[in-house]
Amino acid sequence: MNAVEVRGLRKSYGELEAVKGVDFEVKPGETFGFLGPNGAGKSTTIKILCTLAKATGGSARVAGFDVTTERDQVRRHIGLVFQDTTLDSYLSAEQNLKFHAELYGMPRETVQPRLEQVMKMVGLWDRKDSKVLTFSGGMKRRLEIARGLMHSPRVLFLDEPTVGLDPQTRASIWEYIHQLRQQEEITIFLTTHYMDEAEHCDRIAIMDVGRLVALDTPAALKASVGTDRVTIRTDNDALALEKLPHAVQTEDGIVINVEDGEAYVPKLFGSLGVAITNVSISKPSLDDVFLSYTGRTIRDSEQAPGMPAFMAAMARR
Amino acid sequence: MTTTSPAAVAAVAVPARTAALDLRAIKIVVQRDLIRTYQDKTRFVSQLVQPLLFLFVLGSGLGSLTKGSTGALDLKTFMFPGILATSTLFTAMFSAMSIVWDREFGFLREMLVAPVRRSSIILGKALGGATIATAQGLIVLALAPAVHVPVSFGLIVTLMAEVFLLSFTLTAFGLAIVARITQVQTVMGLMQVLLLPLSFLSGALYPLSNLPQWLSIAVRFNPLTYAVHPIRQAVFNHLDITPAVRARLTPPIQWFGWDVPNWLQLLLVATIGISLLATAIRQFQKVE
Ligand SMILES: Nc1ncnc2c1ncn2[C@@H]1O[C@H](COP(=O)(O)OP(=O)(O)OP(=O)(O)O)[C@@H](O)[C@H]1O
Ligand SMILES: [Mg+2]
Repeated sequence: MNAVEVRGLRKSYGELEAVKGVDFEVKPGETFGFLGPNGAGKSTTIKILCTLAKATGGSARVAGFDVTTERDQVRRHIGLVFQDTTLDSYLSAEQNLKFHAELYGMPRETVQPRLEQVMKMVGLWDRKDSKVLTFSGGMKRRLEIARGLMHSPRVLFLDEPTVGLDPQTRASIWEYIHQLRQQEEITIFLTTHYMDEAEHCDRIAIMDVGRLVALDTPAALKASVGTDRVTIRTDNDALALEKLPHAVQTEDGIVINVEDGEAYVPKLFGSLGVAITNVSISKPSLDDVFLSYTGRTIRDSEQAPGMPAFMAAMARR
Repeated sequence: MTTTSPAAVAAVAVPARTAALDLRAIKIVVQRDLIRTYQDKTRFVSQLVQPLLFLFVLGSGLGSLTKGSTGALDLKTFMFPGILATSTLFTAMFSAMSIVWDREFGFLREMLVAPVRRSSIILGKALGGATIATAQGLIVLALAPAVHVPVSFGLIVTLMAEVFLLSFTLTAFGLAIVARITQVQTVMGLMQVLLLPLSFLSGALYPLSNLPQWLSIAVRFNPLTYAVHPIRQAVFNHLDITPAVRARLTPPIQWFGWDVPNWLQLLLVATIGISLLATAIRQFQKVE
């Protein structure tokens, strides 16, 4: 049974179609990254999966239950960390978690040990009596993650869990996520705008203006967008270019696109016959993947349909 | 950072929904409102200022004017039951309003995504509002001796029950109104518009005898009237006044010449409360 199963999912807000028919599945135990420009429909998809919004078409199952007909079952098995904070800042950290435990009807004897466990995990145990009001943004996020884990959900949804956090906190949140995967049987479904974080995922899906445009492992996606780029500087560019029919001259030097940069460079040194003064190899990153699939760097739903991918790629060079 | 070993705490299983669990959900929603109120004592007290101002300042000031018509009875004594009833108005409405706050600050989502009935959450809100408003009523009631109302245990119990019923209905009313509102500012303005007319048209501050026709009709359409009257009756049963004065100050409420009995009035308030609550619940059950 898949942890998440989405078939032809659609969602319209009046005229605006935020999700335009999306299909994918997430396997149990997987960490699944959901990427896409602003307004792509990521949060909307999560809202539907969490039963907070009704799909206008298609179907979705989470933890084996249908999100429209078995709403309660779905809710019982998911944990949620929303994009915007949903804590009661006038209550203490502990009170927030206790509220959650009661609302979810956790067996009473499990509440205290579980509370201690999740609070210690996110390093907030010694602040449990402080009002959330006094917490920094990072502490609030960590508390929300702890709360989302209180009832041992089978699927944890994290909508931009690390947005606006400093590198240390981001790193520590990823540490919890890895720790979680070892400790509990949990599927993690997250959205992020940080490509370095997407690397942590088993698979990533890229969404753009309501559609899935790519879905695979990070490595496969990177391989799909192209080859390694070897850039060299030489004593005599003109001569070098003559010998390298596929190379192009750029501001940075001569650029050659090859399958395997590391293997190519030693051969190049041996065969070029022009002195090479500088060499660099760059591999496609998830940034490249993202840009090649979604086209441009900044996007809002208000903007007109995008400029073609190649133009964005040009702009970057 | 402390790390717990994997085996330390077993995974929790969220049990299937039962009535007991819904009850727990209701309880925690009420409890949260009580904690929040306890933490914000300033608000709790300041919500009492206006009714007390009406009672002691307006009541004393106008008292000299009305001496002729109230007989030996102090105007403050007359107004007391009305103030007791209307003091719940602001608090009950504020409690209902807090759900808009929760919506704006996100906490409502935490509640709405939990595996409990929406009705449990809304009912919890209504009961929370009613409890807080009744607690304030108890404080107003403690001032009874100051306005020459003799208190007995029986009277306190009756009044508190009536005040609880009224404030439950008012909170439900508030919840039905705010259900679709997403901004705190909107709701603030709306409350401003609603509160004073509701209390002015309830017979809380003046007797319902010899009113101009339009006013006596408006008063009959105000649900608050049907709570103010029984509360005043309960207080007046304990006063030592002549039947003539009593008849002038608390004439029975009539529908087309028929005296509406107190029990029916209270039943009406309860029915309105329950149907408003049902309306509110339906509104909150709608999914985006
Ligand atoms: N409640 C709503 N009413 C109307 N339109 C909405 C609503 N929620 C979202 N939308 C629209 O749906 C589209 C997708 O929004 P969504 O929040 O899912 O984007 P997102 O991918 O999460 O973006 P971001 O990365 O900025 O969080 C946007 O165009 C947004 O304006
Ligand atoms: Mg979003």
